[in-house]
Amino acid sequence: MTTERKIRVLIAKPGLDGHDRGAKVVARALRDAGMEVIYTGIRQTPQMIAEAALQEDVDVVGLSILSGAHMELFPRIVDELKKRGVDDVLLFAGGIIPEEDTPMLKRLGFKAVFRPGSSTNDIIEYVRSHVGAPA
Amino acid sequence: MTAASNDIEGYIERVLRGERRPLSRVITWVQENLPEGREAVRALFRHTGHAHTVGITGSAGSGKSTLTGTLAREERRRQRGVGIVAVDPSSPFTGGAILGDRIRMQDLTGDEGIFVRSMATRQSLGGLTAMAADVISVMDASGKDIVLVETVGAGQDEVDIARTAQTTCLVLTPGAGDDIQTMKAGIMEIADILVVNKADLAGADILMSQLKALLSYSEHGDWIIPIVRVVSTRGEGIPELADAIDHHREYLERSGKLAQRRLERSRHQIVEAVRAEVMRRYLSGEGGTQLDELARRVAERDLDPHSAAIELIEGATRAG
Repeated sequence: MTTERKIRVLIAKPGLDGHDRGAKVVARALRDAGMEVIYTGIRQTPQMIAEAALQEDVDVVGLSILSGAHMELFPRIVDELKKRGVDDVLLFAGGIIPEEDTPMLKRLGFKAVFRPGSSTNDIIEYVRSHVGAPA
Repeated sequence: MTAASNDIEGYIERVLRGERRPLSRVITWVQENLPEGREAVRALFRHTGHAHTVGITGSAGSGKSTLTGTLAREERRRQRGVGIVAVDPSSPFTGGAILGDRIRMQDLTGDEGIFVRSMATRQSLGGLTAMAADVISVMDASGKDIVLVETVGAGQDEVDIARTAQTTCLVLTPGAGDDIQTMKAGIMEIADILVVNKADLAGADILMSQLKALLSYSEHGDWIIPIVRVVSTRGEGIPELADAIDHHREYLERSGKLAQRRLERSRHQIVEAVRAEVMRRYLSGEGGTQLDELARRVAERDLDPHSAAIELIEGATRAG
């Protein structure tokens, strides 16, 4: 019997860009690392993402964004999560996000930002060590 | 994730009031097979029995998720609270899973009367059916009027889950030759309602007549299995499907079959719970270590599997 807890991750794409290759690569990598990944597809509103996180009781929410609207959308997502009492999830972001936005995102709770060229192993490692499951 | 005992009571009360965050957390306890989950189910169980449970099964790609989503909306139109349990397979190699059923249920998220939970089959020795039944119970206790359980009709586990439902819908599509294979494999017997999805595709009429012919020479008691034509993406046939489900529920109540099914299901649930409890007692923790050791001896033909099982159980009983 598996006694170690399954890590559940929500991978979502907020905003209007339709390029989900990155999100899918990350979803597959996390699955292959033994995690359960809830993938919700493209064009998610902040409400949809927060609702999915609430109903699925995920440990981690990973957001992929390429449109440049992260400074607009991410605070709203964090807001919607809080509104629903989802205040204990690990947040990370991926996609095209300028370096100078990192401090602001950190303040919002996004402890890590994975940009193009990041290795999926780094993401897996990051999730594992922060959720506190055995590596 | 874990909680103290007085905390569990708080969660239980809030689940009974229909609060969603505690509902979600309690389901996690159940999925993780934690003691908190068992305690919660113990307390919640007597508040269950209100929801009508509907299994929706069919082969991969038959459009179950879209169908489940549109059906959920129709049930909402009928003023019912809806729970959805969407089961997807785990990888037998890594234990991971991608749960993508929500992609097809996008427009449900704005409605607080619908609660969707994705579930991976996992390689749980504790039994998927027992776990799924508990998740359904928790949703039931939270006040849902109908719980839709979506599974891929491929393995025994999935068929078993569908069977724990009061009404089982089998989803078929035109042009997929293997649908007839599915029937041969015995899945057909569990269907209370047949759904021909994607009925706008070529071959729908042929499939309809094949199904009618098939039903005409099969034995299914006094319930006449309806065949409902549906185009989920356009919502066509969905009210008829909801009607068929209602009719089946009325039939179950009128004929006394509901009580009979409840009894059968309870029996099945106990057997599953025994299986889960045995697994938990003998194969987790200490037992897991002993299992490795015994497996080595069986592999070396030093011991046969049956004697190994007895050794494991008796060893644990002595230790306990």
